Amino acid sequence: MVADKNLSVSLCGLTLKNPVVPASGTFGFGIELADAMDLDVLGGISLKGTTREPRYGNPTPRIAECTAGMINSVGLQNPGIEALVSDKAPALRRIYGGVIIANISGYSVEEYAYNCAKADACAAIDLLEVNVSCPNVHGGGMAFGTDPKSAAAVTAAVKAVTRKPVFIKLSPNVTDIVSIARACEDAGADGITLINTLLGMRIDIKRRKPVIANKMGGFSGPAIFPVALRMVWQVAHACSLPVMGCGGVARAEDVVEMMMAGATAVQVGAENLRNPQACPEIVSALPALMDTLGIDSLQEIIGIV
Amino acid sequence: MQKRIFRIASNEGVARDTFRLVLRTEGTVAVRSGQFVDIALPGFYLRRPISVSDCLPDGVVLYYKVVGEGTRAMSEMAPGTELELLLPLGSGFHPEKCREHALLIGGGLGAAPLYLLAKELLAAGKQVTAVLGFNRADEICLAEELRALGVPVHIATMDGSVGTKGFVTDAIAANLVIPGSAPESRSAFDRFYTCGPLPMMKAVCTALDVPGEVSLEERMGCGAGFCYGCSIQTARGPKRVCVDGPVFDKEDVLW
Repeated sequence: MVADKNLSVSLCGLTLKNPVVPASGTFGFGIELADAMDLDVLGGISLKGTTREPRYGNPTPRIAECTAGMINSVGLQNPGIEALVSDKAPALRRIYGGVIIANISGYSVEEYAYNCAKADACAAIDLLEVNVSCPNVHGGGMAFGTDPKSAAAVTAAVKAVTRKPVFIKLSPNVTDIVSIARACEDAGADGITLINTLLGMRIDIKRRKPVIANKMGGFSGPAIFPVALRMVWQVAHACSLPVMGCGGVARAEDVVEMMMAGATAVQVGAENLRNPQACPEIVSALPALMDTLGIDSLQEIIGIV
Repeated sequence: MQKRIFRIASNEGVARDTFRLVLRTEGTVAVRSGQFVDIALPGFYLRRPISVSDCLPDGVVLYYKVVGEGTRAMSEMAPGTELELLLPLGSGFHPEKCREHALLIGGGLGAAPLYLLAKELLAAGKQVTAVLGFNRADEICLAEELRALGVPVHIATMDGSVGTKGFVTDAIAANLVIPGSAPESRSAFDRFYTCGPLPMMKAVCTALDVPGEVSLEERMGCGAGFCYGCSIQTARGPKRVCVDGPVFDKEDVLW
């Protein structure tokens, strides 16, 4: 019976009415999409990545098309943490009843902690997602998420300033994703989101120049789904933390596949950009798909593979 | 913003590498000049944002130039083909801010959105003059359509094959009363609207000392304001070309 399907999932004590969550950076602060859909059909919303200071981001072009995907180099354009906690998140809370996820970036361990303390004090925010793909400007410019020690240092610093669940969002641009995830787990993380975008590049062969002004950018879209699924499976089986799977999810089938690999919630990213209705369409397609597959409750398929 | 299925009514070459695409749908369509549609092309990941040249009761008229694989595929689509569009997107021009006489300045395909603007201005009882610039004669489009509305059209071509040889600014200087430059200023335009290559629009904004509006172009992700892929710096801070624009006041553009 399609009508009886249970889509809800439990994540660190929070209940998501379904596992579908627009991924950070592909859904603004949610309020921008309020006229395009009923936001309340979404299990959660991961807000645009936020830094301590407002950032304009990178020069344009910031977008390049690829086969089955795209590259973006927005450069974390955002209005800063103060605007997030005093304006953006409360504004979304007034019109949305699901789980609100603040996505926190930083360029030093101290900045991560400062931003998370601010987010902790904001009643509109339910969960913190910490993006460790930013370069450590005090540590040679390597991304925090490419080194287990740096990722653990950010995790510990953030956990010390908040009682809200903390998910660390990992970069796939590493040799051994499991060692990074385990370091975050050992440092006290409540969960792992993966994957962020893969570093990519395109060249305009007529102009003989990179398409993206910043030359390289983050590759996302259906092309990266198998990579994301593999990493979700590896981390979900190596750690005892809940995982939010992210990367190339475009259909209800992808959500089920991610959950079977071990994801408790599933984020939809680039697909929102080509189809602003992607998330509600996936949510509405899930019950019939579950019926076809003989699934009564999505919670029961998490990590069965 | 709506997501709707349209059907190709016609898709014909009208100038060098330039196609006129007429799309029709069920129900009514309402788009203002300067707004755009975002077209999903089968086989291509991102949509193609294209400004609307004319709004029909049940459709839109678009002009596009074949510049890459996506527009090449579009040019080969047959009438009857269904396309999914997001519309209407963007802010649009402000014809209501013109007092009496508007000057429309288009470069190449930038002429396209000026057609709907001309119709809106004429409907509001305003006088309209157009100056269109092209590289060469076989690229000229929309000039006859604008003339059919009763709009005087002055052409500039880089090779001099039609109209004034040179830039649109040369054609403006040769044919029009520049505001403030002549004793009889009543015939001068009081506002301009421009769409075309950036250097052309910059030259126009520098040359004309009256209020003006500029339609910008940028590579877009979502086309609807939530991915921040098309942000530019303006005199009023960072703006998204897709929702805060694509039309901006000339004073806001940081050339």
